[in-house]
Amino acid sequence: MAEWETVKPENKALGWFEERLPVLSLVNNVVGPATPTPRNLNYFWNFGSLAGLMLVIQIISGVVLAMHYTPTTGLAFDSVERIMRDVNYGWLIRYMHANGASFFFIAVYIHIFRGLYFGSYKAPREVLWMLGVVIFLLMMATAFMGYVLPWGQMSFWGATVITSLFSAIPLIGESVVQLLWGGFSVDEPTLVRFFSLHYLLPFLITGVVILHLWAKKISDSGNPLGIEVKTSADQIPFHPFYTIKDAFGAGVFFLILAAFIFYMPNALGHPDNYIPADSLATPDSIVPEWYFLPYYAILRSVDFPLGIPGVIEILDAKLLGVIAMFASILVWLGLPWLDTSKVRSGNFRPMFKWFFAFLVIDMFILMWLGGQKPEGNIPLYGKFATLYYFAYFFVVLPVLSRKEKTLPLPESISSAVLKPAE
Amino acid sequence: MKFIRNIAVALSFSTLALAGVSAAGTAEHPLQVDWSFNGPLGKFDLPSAQRGWQVYKEVCASCHSLKYFRFRDLATIGYEEDMIKAFAAEYEVAGEPDEYGDETVRAALPQDVLPAPFANDNAARSANGGALPPDLSLMVKARHDGANYIYSLMVGYKDAPADFDLSDGLNYNPYFKGSQIAMAEPLAEGLIDYEDGTPATPDQMAKDVVQFLQYVAEPSLQERHQMGIKVLLFLALLTLLLYISMKVIWKPVKAGKNFYED
Repeated sequence: MAEWETVKPENKALGWFEERLPVLSLVNNVVGPATPTPRNLNYFWNFGSLAGLMLVIQIISGVVLAMHYTPTTGLAFDSVERIMRDVNYGWLIRYMHANGASFFFIAVYIHIFRGLYFGSYKAPREVLWMLGVVIFLLMMATAFMGYVLPWGQMSFWGATVITSLFSAIPLIGESVVQLLWGGFSVDEPTLVRFFSLHYLLPFLITGVVILHLWAKKISDSGNPLGIEVKTSADQIPFHPFYTIKDAFGAGVFFLILAAFIFYMPNALGHPDNYIPADSLATPDSIVPEWYFLPYYAILRSVDFPLGIPGVIEILDAKLLGVIAMFASILVWLGLPWLDTSKVRSGNFRPMFKWFFAFLVIDMFILMWLGGQKPEGNIPLYGKFATLYYFAYFFVVLPVLSRKEKTLPLPESISSAVLKPAE
Repeated sequence: MKFIRNIAVALSFSTLALAGVSAAGTAEHPLQVDWSFNGPLGKFDLPSAQRGWQVYKEVCASCHSLKYFRFRDLATIGYEEDMIKAFAAEYEVAGEPDEYGDETVRAALPQDVLPAPFANDNAARSANGGALPPDLSLMVKARHDGANYIYSLMVGYKDAPADFDLSDGLNYNPYFKGSQIAMAEPLAEGLIDYEDGTPATPDQMAKDVVQFLQYVAEPSLQERHQMGIKVLLFLALLTLLLYISMKVIWKPVKAGKNFYED
């Protein structure tokens, strides 16, 4: 598949340009009429373009915010309040950006879990998938640094806790942390470098998104049946069919986003971030944004060293926790080799389905646990939830790949989704 | 994550020592009030917010600053320009140095921030038994369920239960974290004379000052609510049209048409 179709515009000037730089052909072949796409994509396939749309919204609103924001510890909080009060529609732009970040993550999470269920990481889409993981990691870094910029209490203490994690790295840990801080604590240099990087990373994300789309063009979109395209009847042009479907999906998504922006703009944030940063007053509990909570729960759950108690300690508890946290995302990179089942779609994997459903529930449980104070049974639940999370990738998937009896796959997409001709 | 917990614990102790408040125990859930600004159509109750401004400047302002509030902002809660000028003129602020370079003072103007009661945090602490009265500009947004919280705190002063170990100089209030607060009960029956003749009960004053503080914390609230309705209606209509378009465009696909037949 993935043939390239050249556009020949009728307009002479356009044709002249197109011969020299085939921009129209590019669009045409990636999201245009010349992009054959499986005819059976369901609404879970809406979230890729939605995430792209959110990236654009975040960059535009962010560029405007940067025009009014002052990245210096004495003025950061005040400048955000100035945006809220004195800048024309500043409140709208800031609430768009703050809630937009959350909705960007919602779109991306659904996009990722779509991929996990429908086997989007399997051959020939491994690189496409891995580029997606890179985008997610860059997004996390961007969101984290963005949350520091208002210089509220949660900004400051979140930054302190998360950057301190790097001190767990043997030998170079302390130096890494000092490099991140630009000193010996989170302070002016930290804020300024985070601002600089927060502005830079979205453009790196954009770059990787282009690679991600390129890889999509090469391997074509997957589909809910998880079978390859066989006949021409299996496909329909991306435009107008999926452009209109994506547009409708975006309408629904923006309705929900607008409800948050206009009617509960602070529901996803933490009230403590409306208190200016104070290095002498620690908040009662330092909680990251909701989209980081599952990983935060994993970090807190792994509070034991690796080794044989009393005999040998290979990794100390702090380092192991940090490794577990990063591994919880990096493990996605290994998926194509952990899950070797020939069947891509969960629809034809009767056992996988259940384990996947538990993984989704497990993520919500981890998210909830990450927001709780580590008291009572919470750390214990965290250990179980963390155990299942890793077991899914390292035990369940490899075992299922060998043992599971999958259901028979349909002959072709068209035979499965089209009614037989009368 | 012991090291983080250690940092946190150590720092919270130092903070608590500074604030003079015990961290033990939690706070009661705030009383729930049906505020006029709640809900998608919520608006400021202008007479109430104006009374709240009176409570603020006559009671709260003697200890609490309001550093993001400018006199001109009063226009949002229905004051005319000349009244705002008159309010501002009651205060003095630092002016430009005079021709000899000496400091001057001038009457405040609408663009000025409400002058803070203390020159700096240390002055505020020393005048308040070591406790720092926080700035109230964002208080409604800086606490969970902020409007109800402030209301509850205002009307929640009680005698401490017999078994409660109340520290010296603190007051019992179950809605405050740790149930003891440095601020003495600020409101009392008839404490002020409302310009509009409303009886100044503590409950009334508490509600009014919350209206005012809600407006100071989120001056754009009303504009936001009103714009939201237009945006949601527009998006709903757009989404409906997109849905209908999708149904029409997809008809041949649903009918099983092959678009790539040679």
